[in-house]
Amino acid sequence: MSDAVSVCNGASFSGAVQVLDAGLCGMITLRGDLADEKLSAAVKAATGMGLPKPRRIKKGKRGAVAWMSPDELLIFVDYDLADSTVTKIERALQGQYFLAVNVSDARATFALQGTGVREVIAKGAPVDMSPQGLPVGEIRRTRLGQVAAAFWLSDEEHLTLVCFRSVGSFVYDWLCNAATEGTLPRLTG
Amino acid sequence: MSARLARHGRLIDRRKPLQFTFNGRHLHGYQGDTLASALLANGQTLVGRSFKYHRPRGIVAAGPEEPNALVGLGKGAGFEPNQRATTTELFDGLIAESQNHWPSLEFDLGAVNKAMARFFPAGFYYKTFMFPRAAWEHLFEPIVRGAAGLGRVPQEKDKDTYEYFYHTTDILIVGGGIAGLQAAEIAGKSGLRVLLIEQTPDWGGRAMVDGVQINGIGAADWVEKALARLRAMPNVILRSRMMGAGVYDHGYALGYERLSDHDPKIPGPRHRLWRIRARRIITATGAIERPLSFAGNDIPGVMLAGAVRDYLENYGVSPGELTLVVTNNDNAYLSAIALHEAGLTVPAIIDARPEATGALPQKARALGLRVETGCAIGTVHGGKRVTSVTLCNQAGSGAILDEIPCDAVAMSGGWSPVVHLWSHCGGKLRWDADQAMFRPDPARPPRGANGAGFVIAAGTANGHLAAEAVMEDAAEAAAAAVRALGAKADPAKRATARSMPEMPILPVWSMPANAGPKLRMKTWLDFQNDVKVSDVRLAAQEGYESVEHTKRYTTLGMASDQGKLSNINGLAVLADSLSRDIPQVGTTTFRPPYHPISFGAIAGEARGPLFKPLRKSPIHDWLDANGAHWEPVADWRRPYCLRRSGETVKEAVTREILNTRQNVGLLDASTLGKIIVKGPDAGRFLDMLYTNMMSSLKVGRCRYGLMCNENGFLIDDGVVVRLSDDTFLCHTTSGGSDRIHAWMEEWLQTEWWDWQVYTANVTEQFAQIGIVGPKARSVLEALGGMDVSREALPFMAFQEGQIAGIRARVYRISFSGELSYEIAVPAALGQAFWNKALAAGGDFGMQPYGTEALHVMRAEKGFIMIGDETDGTVIPQDLNLGWAISRKKDDFLGKRAQQRPHMVDPNRKQLVGLLTEDPQVVLPDAAHAVEGPKRANGMENIIGHVTSSYYSPTLGHSIAMALIKGGSRRMGETLRFPVADGVVIRAQVVDPVFLDKEGERQNV
Repeated sequence: MSDAVSVCNGASFSGAVQVLDAGLCGMITLRGDLADEKLSAAVKAATGMGLPKPRRIKKGKRGAVAWMSPDELLIFVDYDLADSTVTKIERALQGQYFLAVNVSDARATFALQGTGVREVIAKGAPVDMSPQGLPVGEIRRTRLGQVAAAFWLSDEEHLTLVCFRSVGSFVYDWLCNAATEGTLPRLTG
Repeated sequence: MSARLARHGRLIDRRKPLQFTFNGRHLHGYQGDTLASALLANGQTLVGRSFKYHRPRGIVAAGPEEPNALVGLGKGAGFEPNQRATTTELFDGLIAESQNHWPSLEFDLGAVNKAMARFFPAGFYYKTFMFPRAAWEHLFEPIVRGAAGLGRVPQEKDKDTYEYFYHTTDILIVGGGIAGLQAAEIAGKSGLRVLLIEQTPDWGGRAMVDGVQINGIGAADWVEKALARLRAMPNVILRSRMMGAGVYDHGYALGYERLSDHDPKIPGPRHRLWRIRARRIITATGAIERPLSFAGNDIPGVMLAGAVRDYLENYGVSPGELTLVVTNNDNAYLSAIALHEAGLTVPAIIDARPEATGALPQKARALGLRVETGCAIGTVHGGKRVTSVTLCNQAGSGAILDEIPCDAVAMSGGWSPVVHLWSHCGGKLRWDADQAMFRPDPARPPRGANGAGFVIAAGTANGHLAAEAVMEDAAEAAAAAVRALGAKADPAKRATARSMPEMPILPVWSMPANAGPKLRMKTWLDFQNDVKVSDVRLAAQEGYESVEHTKRYTTLGMASDQGKLSNINGLAVLADSLSRDIPQVGTTTFRPPYHPISFGAIAGEARGPLFKPLRKSPIHDWLDANGAHWEPVADWRRPYCLRRSGETVKEAVTREILNTRQNVGLLDASTLGKIIVKGPDAGRFLDMLYTNMMSSLKVGRCRYGLMCNENGFLIDDGVVVRLSDDTFLCHTTSGGSDRIHAWMEEWLQTEWWDWQVYTANVTEQFAQIGIVGPKARSVLEALGGMDVSREALPFMAFQEGQIAGIRARVYRISFSGELSYEIAVPAALGQAFWNKALAAGGDFGMQPYGTEALHVMRAEKGFIMIGDETDGTVIPQDLNLGWAISRKKDDFLGKRAQQRPHMVDPNRKQLVGLLTEDPQVVLPDAAHAVEGPKRANGMENIIGHVTSSYYSPTLGHSIAMALIKGGSRRMGETLRFPVADGVVIRAQVVDPVFLDKEGERQNV
């Protein structure tokens, strides 16, 4: 699928932190009863991972699973595996009440890297971005400036942000502006 | 003359001289000066003119309460009006100009208003509305508008940048004086997260100026040590140059950080608006000194006594050579003593109290200063500068006892705690008669969701004026905040402080007590808005009893200083006029921001390309590079048409329509909303949402559906696709996807929560490309990969598979009446598919087309557009869409409403087609149809309006649709549409389907 392109086509910016279009990423919205063992078994079979606790994102070799709401997960896999993963889940849950849908193309994904990633996001997200407010491994569904976004930290210097594809270039511009060199409040250090 | 002294000035660095200009004059100051202190140091006492009478105005205060010293700062793209000289830090090259004068500050023609003062009484503005009627428009309004207003509007786009910053903390402490620092230390030791903010660049507040001793050392030394201890705490954040601007519900507060106002060469944002979520807020915001109300108290050279002390101690600036002190309390003696000790002359201390026996008065007397107790100022003499004051008895009505030459007056009417932040979110005040002040009532704080108070006032802001009480109160406030959050604090581990003891204040609201009308007319309450004691008395006399009404009638406290100096004095005068107690009259409402903040800070980063999010389809960039003439469609941009070089917009639209009808067109329809609805109850759910039956739709088929709200009105339309037994895909309008998805979720979450249905908005998952026209099938065949024949893919069916090697879902649906396919491919492959389609379509004359061609073609077919033919008051029956309303269903949203008498009235406006008599004339959009005789007012009865109107290049004549009263019974009638300039367009009512009524073109 070499013709497939992400919104900003690999663009990157280096300022107070680095902003990078993280490219295409397979994403599956799974809605269902998260307490149902069949559902967690289906997720395990498809991704090799168990279910994350509320607000957490769990990572494994074949992707990640994020808790999005009491009846919704977001499953991350390779872009090319999204459709087949949906099919796997659908087969496993045949006859059950659930919804699994490929939303990979409806999203843009950005990777932020540097010592100020928390402060860049705090310029637009009404979220407690302190380490105790958003520990590594927790995902937040919120907004960034005027648009919806979700993000998590995989360590103190790496943050991944997902937004809708149609506003991908807006969000990229927003992130680059927020990450302008010398503009971070630098609350610590 | 005010001047710089050789000594004093703890905040200025005399080794760093700075240059600046005021009204073009080159002046000098020092690093650490404010613009106000530097102006005074240069002998510039006169800084502006008042709002109404254009009276000369001098600097009164040293902080954000300053009413007069407003200047225009900077130039060009960096110009900003109405900046307070007292809160503006001096920097090299600063450019300031005074405001509200014409032609010059020194000589102002508007000052003639002063002579007319008896014609500008309280409520003047409102009275001009009353009589004579014409006078407002022709006489008063132009004069008032011309004379009023502060500052100039910037003429260029702001060159600076701004941003927001969200911050969460356990405890926010506003105010970096000794109370704030003490509170931060106690709170910081608990381990909770603490944010301490201070509006000025310097910490410690007034303690150093007032000679406070803390833990046996000078306040300045203690502050340095306290700051060092706080900086060592990882859980404490200190920010100076950051003002607490407002307190809102749920512990939300605004912090206004000024990053480069003090040095515009610093790169980055100029202001940062902190949006703070705090579990507890401690307001350690200090107090503001009150002026005294005596005649001539607005003449330049009359200042607050505390400000005189500030300028002397902080900046080494004397307000004058002969500074008279007038007071009703001991605190102002500090200023007299400081001036005397600085070698300046204090000709007298006029104390309204019958006796002054406190330590400070005794010290003043011991220094040889003349203290006149039981006395008052009768009148201040002077024009642009104080020259003398007359002395009289406070108890009398102004009989002159003496005249004392002076060039400055330091006044003190006592101190008012800064209760603004406490009050913003509903904290109540109580009147402390002993101290003559409103102070926070700890029993009635602003309360959070659980009923607990979330703001705690501390120190002077809580009504404690003595340093020891301040420290004790601050420590207790911090401990209370910490304990409320479940942590431990020990308020006993606080510092102890010592200040000079002070004897009680005597409330003085009028000086002298029995001042007559002549003096009252010259006694100012609000210096910026020119409100005098006589104005408030007149308002009371005219029946104004509420302080809020009096404020608006007299404009007291409505200037940009929001009455920081005038409110208490004004309401005291009102109380006296009404023979009521002050607490009975009460204060006006305190509203954020505490002090004006920049528009830039409020806008944040949202300007230029970041002003508003723009949604882009996967084909956006290609369209942009290929002549797209953009139009906004909800938050999307869609191409109205794609212009070729040399082509007008109209020519492009005509070409696109004709080419699509004759050959084949390519449309980016990606913006259409797409919502997956899945579950055992999905069919039942859609039967409720749509007016027609969706549960009977066969897998693999498409059906056009209408959605109404509970009131029966049409809210959206689109094609519903049945993907599998329990899965539907609902297409919505481009602007409707988020709204309809929310609509679905609302019903599922609030009403039908037990139905087994999940929804997902997949609008952006797919690029959706329309291939439309008689040669559409040939193009798809050329792309290859799927059987798109009439048999394999009939009208209103869909197929899944591969097209041109890309996985795709192909719908055989048509919004143009042509043979038409809409191909949904993964958005990331949208451009790739578009390119392949363009290449394959070349041989068939394919051209892309835009939304206007789409609109004209749908109108030729009589298809409605949500938002054109609907306006929130239209039901499907009005649009001849009764065929899409199921009669078999027990219920659907809107069904019952559509049976109401008004909804079944045959005279409702109904959709008709229109053909103009002159086929080349196109009716204007929204033109009104009229009928019947003209009424007395020259109007005719309006019977409806045009909803869509175009020139149809396909048909060679204009076409229009309109909603007309009883329209379906008017076929063949000719209607009149009066348009501008007496022109009347006549059009015949026809069937709204203008082209191919049988649908043969699409069904091939």
